[in-house]
Amino acid sequence: MPDDPSGTASNGADTQWPLWEVFAQSAQGAPYQHAGSVHAVDAEGALQNARDVYSRRGEAIGIWVVPSQSITASKPEDTGPFFDPADDKVYRHPQFYKIPRGLKGL
Amino acid sequence: MVMREQNTEDPQKVAEFEARIARGESIEPKDWMPDRYRTQLIRMMSQHAHSEIVGMLPEGNWITRAPSLRRKMTLLAKVQDEAGHGLYIYCGTETLGVDRSELVDQLLTGKAKYSSIFNYPTLSWADMGVIGWFVDGAAIVNQTVLAKASYGPYARAMIRICKEENFHKRQGYEIIATLASGTPAQKAMAQDAVNRWWWPSLMMFGPSDANSPNTAELIKWRVKRKTNDELRQRFVDQTVPQAQAVGLTLPDADLKLNDVTQHWEFGAIDWDEFWAVVKGNGPCNRERIAARRAAHDDGRWVRDAAAAHAAKAAARSQPAAA
Amino acid sequence: MAEVAAVSMDAVAEFCLRLGDDRLILGHRLSEWCGHGPILEEDIALANVALDLLGQANRALELAAEAEARGRSADDLAFFRETVQFRNIQLVELPRGDFAFTIARQFFFDAFSVHLMDALQQSTHAGVAELAAKAVKEERYHIRHSAEWMVKLGDGTEESRARLQSAVNELWRFTGEMFQGDRWDEEAGAAGIAPEAAGPAALKSKWDEVVNDVFARATLTRPADEFFVRGGRGGLHTEHLGHLLAEMQIVARSHPGAKW
Repeated sequence: MPDDPSGTASNGADTQWPLWEVFAQSAQGAPYQHAGSVHAVDAEGALQNARDVYSRRGEAIGIWVVPSQSITASKPEDTGPFFDPADDKVYRHPQFYKIPRGLKGL
Repeated sequence: MVMREQNTEDPQKVAEFEARIARGESIEPKDWMPDRYRTQLIRMMSQHAHSEIVGMLPEGNWITRAPSLRRKMTLLAKVQDEAGHGLYIYCGTETLGVDRSELVDQLLTGKAKYSSIFNYPTLSWADMGVIGWFVDGAAIVNQTVLAKASYGPYARAMIRICKEENFHKRQGYEIIATLASGTPAQKAMAQDAVNRWWWPSLMMFGPSDANSPNTAELIKWRVKRKTNDELRQRFVDQTVPQAQAVGLTLPDADLKLNDVTQHWEFGAIDWDEFWAVVKGNGPCNRERIAARRAAHDDGRWVRDAAAAHAAKAAARSQPAAA
Repeated sequence: MAEVAAVSMDAVAEFCLRLGDDRLILGHRLSEWCGHGPILEEDIALANVALDLLGQANRALELAAEAEARGRSADDLAFFRETVQFRNIQLVELPRGDFAFTIARQFFFDAFSVHLMDALQQSTHAGVAELAAKAVKEERYHIRHSAEWMVKLGDGTEESRARLQSAVNELWRFTGEMFQGDRWDEEAGAAGIAPEAAGPAALKSKWDEVVNDVFARATLTRPADEFFVRGGRGGLHTEHLGHLLAEMQIVARSHPGAKW
C-alpha cells in the first residue's frame, strides 16, 4: 500500500487510484451504512464518485467517504471477548442497582 | 492441486470453515479461508466483473443510434448500470487482497475470461431488445442465487445488482414486444435478432454438467447452488412462453414440451462453437479486448494527471519542515 | 411590474428548440464515451451528465412541440429535422476529441448553463420555469465535476496541462456564441420567457468570473478574444453536425411512422 495517498505508485506505475470506503444515509435520522467502495485520488473525487455510483437514483441523502487504509477493523479472533454480552457481569445491568422505593421517573 | 493445498492447511481449520458455510454463515474478508476458496472466489468474481465491463460494448454500440429519446436514455442508463455492477464486483474482489489494476491487467492480457456471449456483434436495434430479454434474463437466473453466496462482499454486491437487473430484462422484453407488434420490417428485425442470439444465450450457462469440473466444489462452498444444466433448463422453460406471447419463434426445430416433466426439451447445442468462442475465435473477441485496451491506454495520461494533481495538493498542504 | 409583451408562439418554440438542441447534441456527444472512459468511475460520471442533459433536452423539445402546435412530438423534432433546422450552438456539436477536449467543452457549457437555468427559474413560461428548477440542481453538479477536472488536468502533469491548454485554445472561438443575442432573444426577453438575468450580457459576466477562477487554479492561460464563430442558432453549423445526425437519426428515419 503506497504511503502517498494520491495513487501514483512509488515507481510511477499506472494505478486505478486508491480505494475509499463509502457510507450512505438513506433517510433522515437513519444510520450511515457501508455501501461499498470507489476509487479516487482525493476526497472531492471520492464524494463525487460515491454519489454517482451509490446514489444516482437518490438512494442516499448523505454520504461519507474514508480512505480504506484509514479504517481500523477488529480481528475475527477478537469477536469473543470484544463483543460477548456481559451476562456474567451483573453490575452492568440497571436492574441490579438498588433504587429507593418511591422515586419516580427512574 | 487441491490435494496439495489441503495438505498444507490445518484440516481442522478447513473443517471449521466448511461447517460455517454449511450453517449458512457469511465469510468476511478477514476470516480464515482455504487458499483455494480465496483463489476460486477471485477468479469467479473478477470474471463476473469483467463480463459486466465488456458487456457495455455490444450495447454501447447502439446508444448513438437509438430511435427515440426515451430508448436512448434507457439504453444509456442500462449500460451505465453495467459499469456500476462491474465496479461493485471489482471492489468486492479487492477485499480478497488483489488490486484492481492487476484485475484490469488480467483482462487485457487475456489471462482472465469473461462471459462468451459478449463476443457476438450487435447488428440491429432489435439486438438491444433481445440482449435485455435473453442475456439479462439468463444472468438473472444465474445470479439470484448469488445474493446468498457465502462470501459476504459478493453477496452484498449481488443484492444491489439483482435490484437493477430486473429493470434491464423488462426493458429488453418491452423493446422486443413493441417491435413484434410493429411494422412488418420491425417484426422481421426482431425475429432475425432472436435467431442470432438464442443459441449463444443457451451457451452462456456454460458447458454441460459432465464437462464442468468446478461445479461440485463451488456448490459445496455455496457460491453456486444449481448446476449449469439445471439453470439452462430453467431459462428455457421461462423464455419459451415469453416468445410465444409476442409471436416470435425460437430457432430450434426440436423444442417441444415434455408433458410428464413439464420441461421444454431442446435441441443439441453446438459445443464446437462454444469452445471456439471461449478460446478467442468468436466473432468479436479481438475487437472487444482491443476496445478495452484502447480505453485503458488512452486513459493512462488522465489517471496519471489526477494522481499527480492529488500528490501536489497533498504536498502543498504539508506544513513546511521546521 | 413591467409590462409583459405578448409573445408569439414562434418565439416560445424557438426558445425551447435552442434549449433542447444544445442539450440533445451535447448529451449525444457525451454518451459516445460510455465504455471508453479513462477509468470506470468516469464512465459512470460522464453517463450521468449525459443522461441529465438528454432528460432536459427531451423536456425542452416537448415544450417546443407544444408551442409550435404542428402535431410534432419531441422525437419528431429530434429524429426528423434536417441539419439546417437545428438550433444548437456549434460548441456542442464538435467531435468529442480526447478527454481534455471533452472536459474543456463541458466546462465552458456548464459555466453558461448553470447560470442560465438559475435565471430561467423566474421565467414567465411555467414549463420553462419548471424545467429550469430541475435542471439547475443537475447543472450545479455538472459544473462541480467539470471544474474539478479542469483543475486536475490543468494542474496535473505536463502532458495533461498541454492537452488541456490546446483544447481551450481550439474551443475558445466557439465560446462567444453562448452570449450572442438575436431578435429571438429580444422577443423572449421582452415577454419574460428569458428574464434579464438570463440575457447574454448577464450570463457573460458570470461566465467570465467562473472561467477566470478555474483557469487560475488550473494554471491555464486565457486565450485572447479574437474571432468568435456564430451561426448555429440560425441553422448554420459545422460539417460535424450532419455526420452526427446521420448516425443519430438513421434507425428512426429508416422506419418512418414506426413506434419504438
